[in-house]
Amino acid sequence: MGRDDFVISARSVFLNKSNRQKFSLLTLVLISILILCLEYFKAGPVNQIRMITKDIIIKSSYVVSVPFKSISKTYSLLTDHFNMYDEYEKLKLSEIKNKNLILENNFFKQENQRLKKLIDEKNLYYEEFYVTKVLLDQRSPYLRSLLINKGFKHGIKLGAAVRSNSYFIGKVVDSNYLTSRILLISDLNSKIPIIIEPGSVSAILSGTGNNEFGEIEYLPEKNNVEEGGIVYTSGSDGVISSGIPIGKIVLDNNQPKVDYFTDFTQINFVKVYYKK
Amino acid sequence: MSIINKTYSSFLTIFPIIILFISVLSNSIYNFTYDENYLSFNISYIIIFFWTLKRPKYFGYGFIFLAGILNDVIQNNPLGISSIEYLSICVLTGFVRTRIILQNLIYDWIFFLISILIVGSINYIILVYVFNIPIVYKSLILGLFATFLIYPIIAKILSWIDNIVQVSINDKKSK
Repeated sequence: MGRDDFVISARSVFLNKSNRQKFSLLTLVLISILILCLEYFKAGPVNQIRMITKDIIIKSSYVVSVPFKSISKTYSLLTDHFNMYDEYEKLKLSEIKNKNLILENNFFKQENQRLKKLIDEKNLYYEEFYVTKVLLDQRSPYLRSLLINKGFKHGIKLGAAVRSNSYFIGKVVDSNYLTSRILLISDLNSKIPIIIEPGSVSAILSGTGNNEFGEIEYLPEKNNVEEGGIVYTSGSDGVISSGIPIGKIVLDNNQPKVDYFTDFTQINFVKVYYKK
Repeated sequence: MSIINKTYSSFLTIFPIIILFISVLSNSIYNFTYDENYLSFNISYIIIFFWTLKRPKYFGYGFIFLAGILNDVIQNNPLGISSIEYLSICVLTGFVRTRIILQNLIYDWIFFLISILIVGSINYIILVYVFNIPIVYKSLILGLFATFLIYPIIAKILSWIDNIVQVSINDKKSK
């Protein structure tokens, strides 16, 4: 292709508009770059407009994804139906164990409260929670996040802990007016201070982008971490309360990894903690 | 022509845009895990590539830009990055349209690979070097490769839709 031909082609591609095109490609590329530059403004009117836009788009996306979600829900329902008998047998066996554990747990809770009163410890953590619906479950190669139906209007703040049942699953990283985004612990960017029991070993749980296992970083060289150990939040960041179970230790080539208790693909409702 | 027929014709004309918006708004359904690797088909790339190459007059660049913004909000990307990606595909297909007279599936497929590699590189450079957002390079490449592999199937379906749209438009003209 000659130089002139290339220039003519480039001009035709970037500047020409056909009947139905309101904007040229060049104009739209420049607008996109401008919007991208506005990402550096994290406060003020730009941020407010961004939050409102996000709320509208997230709610519309939820409506559009309803038919697709109902298909996958029907599939899960059918699978559950077929596995019902096996599940029932398992549950029957675990029920006796659970009754004992509940009694033991109640005893430890009361003891813990008594001891806290004795040393006059104040609770810094968020104790109130909303049970909220998951609007969208966003899974991509770079992102493991959930979009929920509560925003800063409801008192949700950045960093708030999120649980599914009793297990820790992530924290709030983006709070719009009516919706929020939760970064799951399996996301690449997730770093959570943890404690591994037995042994009370402190470390950092780092997401790998994989929904099944998380990596443990900053483990002391001499540690007694064994397969089957339970991983809890340590609460050392001062926002997420301590002792929320996350997963259990599995050894992969003698390297400890965390096998999450929660199946991140099956979350429909979550508990988001907030301070009144 | 009755109102129903008019509505049907108008609907068919904007049908490609509707497909694009649905694919963007329900993006999470095209992801699945295989052997611990996360595969993510980017159907939007295929739709934009196909329609801007074959029938650019039914696919306004403004809508493509808007679809990019929607995708960024849903994916939690910095706003504008997907618009740049999608418009880059339009630029590339624009070049192909000015240079190639006869099109066939194999040429389109090879050119689609080149296009998504360029767009993937733009995506990687902006996310990693400008915004310092870590991404799994292997997943990005696997996702692009998976998108490349399914191109002929989706292109066949889109060709079939395109034929229906064309027939309807020709009918409208003849009446």
